Amino acid sequence: MELLERLGLFCLRIFTLTGEWFQMLWQTIVWAFRPPYQVGEWFRQMVRVGVDSVPVVFLTTMFTGMVMALQTFNGFQRVHAEKFVGSVVALAMLRELSPVLCGLMVAGRVGSSMAAEIGTMRVTEQIDALEALATPPVQYLFVPRVIAGVLMLPLLVILGDGLGIYGGYLVAVKLMQANPVIYSDNTFQFLVMNDLWNGVIKAAVFGLILTLTGCVKGYFTVGGAEGVGKSTTSAVVTASLIILLTDFFMTKLLF
Amino acid sequence: MQLNRQRSDEPLAVSLRGLNKSFGTNQVLRDLSLDVARGESVVIVGGSGTGKSVMLKHIIGLMQPDSGHVIVDGVDLCCMKAMELNAFRTRFGMSFQEGALFDSMNVFENIAFPLRRHTKMTEAEIRHRVEECLEQVHLPGVESKRPSELSGGMRRRVGFARAISLEPEILLFDEPTTGLDPVFSDVVAELIREMDKTLATTTITITHDMKIAFKIADRVAMLHQGQIIEQGSPDEFQASKNPLVQQFIEGKAEGPLTA
Repeated sequence: MELLERLGLFCLRIFTLTGEWFQMLWQTIVWAFRPPYQVGEWFRQMVRVGVDSVPVVFLTTMFTGMVMALQTFNGFQRVHAEKFVGSVVALAMLRELSPVLCGLMVAGRVGSSMAAEIGTMRVTEQIDALEALATPPVQYLFVPRVIAGVLMLPLLVILGDGLGIYGGYLVAVKLMQANPVIYSDNTFQFLVMNDLWNGVIKAAVFGLILTLTGCVKGYFTVGGAEGVGKSTTSAVVTASLIILLTDFFMTKLLF
Repeated sequence: MQLNRQRSDEPLAVSLRGLNKSFGTNQVLRDLSLDVARGESVVIVGGSGTGKSVMLKHIIGLMQPDSGHVIVDGVDLCCMKAMELNAFRTRFGMSFQEGALFDSMNVFENIAFPLRRHTKMTEAEIRHRVEECLEQVHLPGVESKRPSELSGGMRRRVGFARAISLEPEILLFDEPTTGLDPVFSDVVAELIREMDKTLATTTITITHDMKIAFKIADRVAMLHQGQIIEQGSPDEFQASKNPLVQQFIEGKAEGPLTA
């Protein structure tokens, strides 16, 4: 009986959290279209989400492209299909690896800090103070962050695409002695524009997910410093899980 | 000040009718009713955890009652849409327990925040108004400091300056003197008194400092277990026969409050 009760409570909790998430999403959309528009704050958040994430994205995607080339080269050599290494690296980076890895890394970097920041504001009554000063917290805190996520993640992903492909090229040509001309020919031979859009749309959705999750987790923080810690962890874990789940369904349904 | 707001002529600034509020199984407010007249200074006293802060948050619409009505200037807050409620809040100034300053901004930006959002003042006018507010709380020249560089008492005063920057009609003070030295507690009390008299502001203060309460109150009300158990002018309140009230005024460890 106790097991069933726990299961029931667990399900209720999941439903509550999902409801909260979509409710805040709706409010964010509604408040995004109401003046005043704090363009300055939008740019500040874009720098925080986008520009400041460049080093992380640089290392992650570059090395992923390199290791992809290394692994596929090894495997494909056995069936004499080395010439497809370039295509495989490019396709994998554009359609899958760059969006997902950027999403996960930025969730760790930015989603967590948003949860910590807004959570601290909650436990020190700064959110109440915002409301008391006739400033809706969703408009003031959520909207600029979510907009920054939706706009900057695609740019980061495009950067990641390029770096990943270049990393693959470096390994294949310099380390594995592949022919540079043939390799770059093969890289772009099978690519279509849709592959790029595929990744970019995913990136925008992931950007929304990771910023909104960070904001929501921070906003509903309870219980002082310990609560802020929990919110921060939970923001990263939840955002990562949602990103991986939506990634599968988006790939399956849309593309 | 170019604030798009009409002064209300309702005789009652705030009226709470039969408020009930529970958190889980813990009922904090029980059928609480209280009227505050325009221009009056009401002080709510009561022990810790009697629902004082919760009551204050209901007045400004930060919390919604489970049942009952909060009526401000003749308008019931429960029937308001988010946008209306938001615009309505410019009538209020609220000072929070720990100041609740935005720690991503310096003192100047904190006080200028409501002015920038709700008025069309020029940068020079804003600067002037911020200086004025800081002088009113006897804290000139700290504009460029960060909240983390200020002492607890200073943070409180800056919070206070931020609350009065829009010249609100109703001022709410959540424990304005807790943690302040006796001299500045008195300064704050004088200030609240002054605002109440010169600007005809309605002030609602919650505190457990009886000395301050008697100093600033036109009327003192005591909250106990989510209800107003006694109210009256400071003299009437002091002369109350209610043993709960007497124990609280005298600050004794033994009595019906602690029984």
